[in-house]
Amino acid sequence: MTSFLLGALWGVVGVVVIAGGAVIGVWWERKVAGRIQLRYGPQQIGPAGSLQMLADVPKLLFKEDVVPSGADKPLFKYAPLVVFAPVAAAIAVIPFAKGWAMFDTAVGVLFFLAVPSIEVVAILVAAWAQRNTYSALGGLRAASQMIAYEVPRALSVAPLVLLAGSLRPTDLVAAWRWWWVPLLALAFLIYLISSIAEMNRGPFDLPEAESELVAGYFADYSGMRWAIFMMAEYGAIITTSLFAAATFLGAGWPFDGALGVVALIVKAAALVTLVMWTKWTLPRIRQDQLLRFCWTVLVPAALVQLAIVGVVLPWL
Amino acid sequence: MATEELTLNIGPSHPSTHGVCRLVVRLDGEIVTHVEPVIGHLHRGIEKIAENRTYLQVVPLTDRLDYVGSMYANWAYCRAVERLAGIRVPERAEYIRVIVCELQRIASHMMGIGSSAADTGATSAFLYAFDQREKVIDLFEALCGARLTYNYVRPGGVAFELPDGWIEQCRAFIEQHPSAMLTIDEFFFGNAIARVRLKGIGVLDADTAVAWGVSGPAARGSGVDWDLRRDDPYSVYPRFDFDVPLGSNGDCFDRARIRLWECIESCRIIEQALDQIEPGPIMAEGLPRLLAPRPGDAYDHIESARGSLGVYVVSDGSPRPYRMKVRSPAFCNLAVLPEIAVGYTLSDLLVILGSLDPVFGEVDR
Amino acid sequence: MRIEELRERVCAMYPDLCPLFSIEFGDGTIAVPLERIHSALADLKDMGFDRLGMVTAVDRGEDFELVYRLQSRTLRAGMFVKTMVPRSDPKIPSVCDLWPAANWQEREVYDLFGVVFEGHPDLRRILLPDDWVGHPLRKDYQDERIIRRPDYI
Repeated sequence: MTSFLLGALWGVVGVVVIAGGAVIGVWWERKVAGRIQLRYGPQQIGPAGSLQMLADVPKLLFKEDVVPSGADKPLFKYAPLVVFAPVAAAIAVIPFAKGWAMFDTAVGVLFFLAVPSIEVVAILVAAWAQRNTYSALGGLRAASQMIAYEVPRALSVAPLVLLAGSLRPTDLVAAWRWWWVPLLALAFLIYLISSIAEMNRGPFDLPEAESELVAGYFADYSGMRWAIFMMAEYGAIITTSLFAAATFLGAGWPFDGALGVVALIVKAAALVTLVMWTKWTLPRIRQDQLLRFCWTVLVPAALVQLAIVGVVLPWL
Repeated sequence: MATEELTLNIGPSHPSTHGVCRLVVRLDGEIVTHVEPVIGHLHRGIEKIAENRTYLQVVPLTDRLDYVGSMYANWAYCRAVERLAGIRVPERAEYIRVIVCELQRIASHMMGIGSSAADTGATSAFLYAFDQREKVIDLFEALCGARLTYNYVRPGGVAFELPDGWIEQCRAFIEQHPSAMLTIDEFFFGNAIARVRLKGIGVLDADTAVAWGVSGPAARGSGVDWDLRRDDPYSVYPRFDFDVPLGSNGDCFDRARIRLWECIESCRIIEQALDQIEPGPIMAEGLPRLLAPRPGDAYDHIESARGSLGVYVVSDGSPRPYRMKVRSPAFCNLAVLPEIAVGYTLSDLLVILGSLDPVFGEVDR
Repeated sequence: MRIEELRERVCAMYPDLCPLFSIEFGDGTIAVPLERIHSALADLKDMGFDRLGMVTAVDRGEDFELVYRLQSRTLRAGMFVKTMVPRSDPKIPSVCDLWPAANWQEREVYDLFGVVFEGHPDLRRILLPDDWVGHPLRKDYQDERIIRRPDYI
């Protein structure tokens, strides 16, 4: 019973962290995009527009909840939640400090790679439920892209697991040494690229390609249901950045304790900014080019990195 | 596995149809097998309305044709009317017309390049282009008070004298413009993803371009060396030294990038025009309040940002045109879309449409 | 090419049509009988007029005047070819086989004037909706939504 209550508590904390992170993330993205695009971004509400989301969230909440007449209503209504839940779940296994995660399990790394992938099913369901050609195309694109990029993403985390000799994320943090950074630089790059593709962010945002598919798999969503899709997207950015900061970049290193958590968050925030910077600088790639890039560049490169680590491992 | 073609209806309201174009597309997976543009959603019957207006009242209507480059339609119409009524335009007015139309070319090409960028997802490059467009539009606002529909070029000359300090503002603009173009060139056309998205896409060969009546940057991207400013010189263009940039591959990359170089050439023309312009009248003298040219018909064309824009005016001796016809380059350029878009993917289709840079006010009239 | 040279070239080709070549407002115009329009345009295309600038029509009462604007890159000249099509039976051969550019242009003339282009691959309305009644650019077009111009202007 206590473990159930504890789980529920952590669940609430996780959702709050993700939602709060999404709110800050949206504001930060608008500031970053503004700076890149010769404009200011939000600046009217609060210092540097930081309270903009206080105005935006009520607006989204009070918007009419439009359900298209041809839509499959139950699927249409609940798909956004199924999109959001696995993303929120992923935060549970992230080691925020040495030896501590909300849900410190022996298969944490597998959990982190596998659970957010359930999102694919939810996206397909959402795309299909709208009974709309654009969202159907977007959903199909999303499915092929997310499934393809699972492979390099998992392969890029494999060298970490080899080096640490464990699938427990806290063990990864404990085993981390500074020379992992140069050794795993390639894996880190592959992880970042495939994660960006995995969460449908620019330049790999074809499932929601504004210019051809309008908004892709969430074309007909509006108001809060649409906001949940956006929250899931920002949640994915935050969790993948946190995971990368914790495992590839040594979590709180060089600090310990509370200062370590701050260091982790700063590293993650830098990665989040990098992801946004990429999106606002680069054009969008095409579907066939995207898949070709995955299978002919990323997967072989990830295998090479795995082989390098495998070869040097006996001497370490 | 049994597969069937998917029919996708794009538009008339869609983020990248550049107006109100409807495309009925048949898709085999993501490959376009057939595309049919359905136009006319913005048809306002301007040619019919013009038959009920006096010659001067038609000028504001021509603003509404190509709303990204209103000055061109103004000018082409005024040239046809001047030809018909035998009006001699003062030299200063000709220079001002050249300056504003070259500025208009920059503003319009910024829209073209910007939308090519936005179609491939490069929203930042789009805003870099729009920053430059904004500066041109500020210049126009200072000149005639309007930002989009200028109604500035009138039969016989131009409506207003250049305001004080305008020439200096214009010089300041053309000084910074080429370097801004080089920034966009590096930032967007130099980008690896932009190159794979634009190169080899929507190839239009020179013979097809000529046969389909494609003109302007869309044809010059295919290497059709045809620019009315040089090949059928009008106004004071023979006095300027400028080059006509040409593409070689006829793909989206060349069509979009040609516009960039044309903007730099436009800066050269404006600079020379600002050096040569002299004080004088800006409106022909002795014009009647109500123009009533003798019966006949006249045609005149100018090189607009989209191609050869022609206006054909028929007079029956009354103060209203008997018939006005606009030969719109966007209409002719769009007609070639089904020829060049088949076989590419859906993502490419909209990039190809954007590279032809149609403006639907002009297509539908 | 100067307009007089153009006139000589055209006259050499069509001695009988030479009196119908007029120069007005700096543009050369040749009036061709309806039955010879297609062959005349084909000959002019061979002469070097590689671009079909526009196809349009003017309502002249009993007839429609069809206007073809040709442009040549090699000769650096432009000219008009005009022909009269009777209002009672507005039919004219299509020139889509010579210039594909005529495709949409002829559809537009069909749409707004009701001139039928024989041999056109896809003669449908283009600017107006498919179920529109009438051809608006004809001078006798009636529609209750048209607001009449007051007489005092």
